Amino acid sequence: MHDLYAFVRGPLAWAAFGVFIGGSLYRLLHLLMLVHRKEKFIYSYMSWKYSLRSILHWMTPFAAVNMRMNRVLTVVTFAFHLGLILTPVLLLSHVLLWEESWGLSWWTLPDGVADVMTVIVIAGCGYFLVRRLAQPEVRYVTSASDYVILAIAAAPFVTGFLAYHQWFAYEILFILHILSGEIMLAAIPFTRLSHMLFAPFTRAYMGSEFGGVRHARDW
Amino acid sequence: MKHPEQWDWDSLRKEIPFASWQGQFKWVEEPQVSPDGESVAAIVNTGEGEFNVCINGATWETPFEKIWHLRFAPDGRLTAIVSDSGEWTLAVDGRPWENRFGYVWEPRFSADGTSIAVKFQQDMRYGMAVNDAAWATTFANMTCATLSADGRRSAAAVQVADFGEADIFAFQQGTFSAALDGKPWERRFVNVWNLAISPDGRKLAAEVRLTLYDYTIAVNGEPWGQTFNCVWEPVFDPRDGSVLAPVRQAGQWTLARDGSPAWERRFIQLWHPVFSPDGANLAAVVALSFGNWTVAVNGTPWRSTFNELVSDAVFSPDGKRVAAIGKKNGFYHIIVDDSVWPQAFDMAWAPVFSPDGRLAAARVEKKGKYTFAIDGRLWNGQAEAAWDPVFSPDGRKILFRTIENGSYLRRVLPVSEIAG
Amino acid sequence: MTESASKDKSKQLDEGLERGMAALTEAKIEKAINRVLTGETGARLKAYVETCIHCGLCSEACHYFLSHDRDPRYSPVGKVKQTLWEMLKKRGRVSPEFIKQARLISSTQCNLCKRCAMYCPFGIDVAYLMLVVRRICHLLGVTPRYIQDTAHSHSVNMNQMWVKEDEWIDTLQWQEDEARGDLPNLRIPLEKEGAEIMYSVIGPEPKFQAQLIYQAAVIMNVAGLDWTMPATPGWDNSDMAMFTGDNELMGRLKRVHFETAMRLKVKKIVMGECGHAFRSVYDVGNRWLGWRMPPIPIVHAIDFYYDLLKTGRLKVAKKFEEPVTLHDPCNVVRGGGLADKARYVVNALCENFIEMHPNREHNICCCAGGGVINAGPPYKMVRIEGNRVKAEQLFAVKAKGATVLITPCHNCHSGLEDINHHYHIGFEIKFLGDILYEVIEKPAG
Repeated sequence: MHDLYAFVRGPLAWAAFGVFIGGSLYRLLHLLMLVHRKEKFIYSYMSWKYSLRSILHWMTPFAAVNMRMNRVLTVVTFAFHLGLILTPVLLLSHVLLWEESWGLSWWTLPDGVADVMTVIVIAGCGYFLVRRLAQPEVRYVTSASDYVILAIAAAPFVTGFLAYHQWFAYEILFILHILSGEIMLAAIPFTRLSHMLFAPFTRAYMGSEFGGVRHARDW
Repeated sequence: MKHPEQWDWDSLRKEIPFASWQGQFKWVEEPQVSPDGESVAAIVNTGEGEFNVCINGATWETPFEKIWHLRFAPDGRLTAIVSDSGEWTLAVDGRPWENRFGYVWEPRFSADGTSIAVKFQQDMRYGMAVNDAAWATTFANMTCATLSADGRRSAAAVQVADFGEADIFAFQQGTFSAALDGKPWERRFVNVWNLAISPDGRKLAAEVRLTLYDYTIAVNGEPWGQTFNCVWEPVFDPRDGSVLAPVRQAGQWTLARDGSPAWERRFIQLWHPVFSPDGANLAAVVALSFGNWTVAVNGTPWRSTFNELVSDAVFSPDGKRVAAIGKKNGFYHIIVDDSVWPQAFDMAWAPVFSPDGRLAAARVEKKGKYTFAIDGRLWNGQAEAAWDPVFSPDGRKILFRTIENGSYLRRVLPVSEIAG
Repeated sequence: MTESASKDKSKQLDEGLERGMAALTEAKIEKAINRVLTGETGARLKAYVETCIHCGLCSEACHYFLSHDRDPRYSPVGKVKQTLWEMLKKRGRVSPEFIKQARLISSTQCNLCKRCAMYCPFGIDVAYLMLVVRRICHLLGVTPRYIQDTAHSHSVNMNQMWVKEDEWIDTLQWQEDEARGDLPNLRIPLEKEGAEIMYSVIGPEPKFQAQLIYQAAVIMNVAGLDWTMPATPGWDNSDMAMFTGDNELMGRLKRVHFETAMRLKVKKIVMGECGHAFRSVYDVGNRWLGWRMPPIPIVHAIDFYYDLLKTGRLKVAKKFEEPVTLHDPCNVVRGGGLADKARYVVNALCENFIEMHPNREHNICCCAGGGVINAGPPYKMVRIEGNRVKAEQLFAVKAKGATVLITPCHNCHSGLEDINHHYHIGFEIKFLGDILYEVIEKPAG
């Protein structure tokens, strides 16, 4: 068990972060090179002002018409994404690991808050799952991969939550938690979790086209 | 009309009243000016359903029910499209052609003006008439007419087979061809556009679409062996009669000669290829990248670029210099041999070179006032209307034709007065 | 393959699709799809396909989806699934029948209105993806017959209605004569080099709606403008090639249009009340040619009227009294930002303006644009049934008292006429120019 822990905590963590960072850079670079090679004209329409206008609008809850039309989903989506990104970054036990390995540390969430956020992320995954199954227009465009990425996103939180509360076999759950976190990191560049990387670019492009060329809102 | 050598290059200023015509007629349309600057003319309305042409204050002998498209031919003859009792024809210096048609439009002239061609429609059939002689064959439709520079040959894209309404399949079989002097090629194409007649008058080249997707150039009805995503207007090399045309492959343009690449460089756009009079050089308008326009001479682009447009590339008579118009951030500029004149204009017309090619001049407009620029310097006069400047054959004088304070003015100025 | 909802709807056979499909082989299909998906497209397609999280949030934007009782096959992403995703997944190895369905979906069940781009959290442009599908179908020769015929007309005459060169000029001169009944000295100046404005219209105006040219001539003359119209091809600003996927032809049309304006040395092109033509000259066609923005500025009629009223060059004699509402056309409002100016014009001309909801960028499409109405009679009911929500929106504004429906776009006009008629809504539909012509001060004739 200890060996396994050492493996996921050591080389596999290196690998996961390596794939995540390297893969993300590769994907972004590849995309930009593709723009450069085949759709250079896009550059000439990009505008910081309208890119940021669009991105900020879509980062503000209820700022877009569609967010107001789907209020519950909007709340869930914002809470889910905040929890998904902030919880692992600001979790005390994660920061302690950073400190132990690299001597780096930063502000952390109180454990109680982190726990609630974890529950929100898990509940969010549940909501998305039910929405996928129950809402015909979502179900129609759902493929197996959509369930897989939902599972990938949920797994570190479910295992982390169980491990934190020391339910079931703590040690195994702990290892599974690390492992699932690593899987998620590595999956980001190479699954549709990559929307995390590409969304700012698609948003910025549409914002620039709508704002700079068409003089219209895109929200 | 006399040769420019015989024009009056001595009288410094001649004036013909123009605004005063307004009182004589119900309305006066926009004026036209003869190449030698001795005449100003306009279509005038003389009463309900009655039009005439007023030239230097005197009208043509006979009025017409309708008159439009008044233009001076390069040789100084004054032409207009005229109509009486529902029939149309061309009138030259007030005398209508003998041929009458259902409709007549788009007159064009040979370089020296001795030949005049029009498009005509008669009984819903289409053809061209040159110097009052109509093509023997007429067609169900006709587009892209052209007249050779010497005025001896006329050509157009013509419909040679019928197809029913919305019969897309018959159309795609090819119903169009190109006709030289009214005689169509045997081969049919889906489309035929933008024709060119060789300097010797023996060859006719055109853009053709073989299917909805395959474009190429056909010469005397024979398409090039290669097809392209798109092609633009062909030109004949005056030296050997080969044909060059812009062609598009894999999203980029280059120039091809008889089907094979003639320029190494690829462009985002490439059009309006034009040969120097001696055929030694070829210039074209190109876009180096998206929204970045210039002129390429023999395949090498200029360094000065313009973000809105480049147009009207012209060679000097000796073929050594090139001038063009560029538009940047809403203003027009004159460029000569890659050097941009210092002024920016609201509008600029194609530059004109002196016969020796030493100087270039252009008609320009700023804030509604017209003036002239010579080699980057502005004439200090201003006009309500202006026509292209003309250099004297020795290149030492320049003719300005303007309307100022309601009068037409013909001025001859020493070039040195402006160009320094 | 997914059974598309269109199949049961279009009982009338479209020869353009049937014969086009019959000529296909799987090898030909694979080649065309890969030419477009690997050759002609790039980062946008890739980013859009890979960023889409399959959330279905675009559905709410689509009038087809809403009108078909939220049938997922009509949602924007549902249409992508049935077309592009499948082509990508199978690397182009799809059947001729699939291509026909893809053509029906992309060309008759999507108006390219881009409303969904405003509902997608990532700003994914489904209209662009549908255009990619249309491009593939064009290269495969599977195109609805009527719009293909229109494209053929464009290719021959550089206008969409088979209007021959002499017929165009003759129509202008005829309208000039007619309009002299209103203003005895009125002119439609042809080929006036150096004029301030070139006025351009779409093919149907000289063909069926010559009174619009008459009205425009009166407006120009009353305002005392320095304007001209070309007596050569290049007068038509419309573009069905943009909608069939024939980009090369689109480029040719736009080149002729702009070069006509450049030849006439005008400062700007003012265009009539057409939406798709605005998209073609302002946003799409110019780009294919390498012009980042139109080389000669394009002024849409809304903008033009706004300017004339704002500067007082046109004065309103007596405002239009009947209560009006305004349908915002996608291409000039979502595509040109003219919502405020349109409202300024409506308020300047009319006593009583009642907004329909949603409006501005969020207005519901007419269901005629994007070339759908040009696909012809076989798809008339596809358009009408596919836009029940428009009828509901119009009933609601009618209940508030509006009796006249203004829309400054030809396609919207024709599409809304069909909806108005079919659902018995009872609107009188007008262009802004109709009302402008009616209410402005004109010198005594």
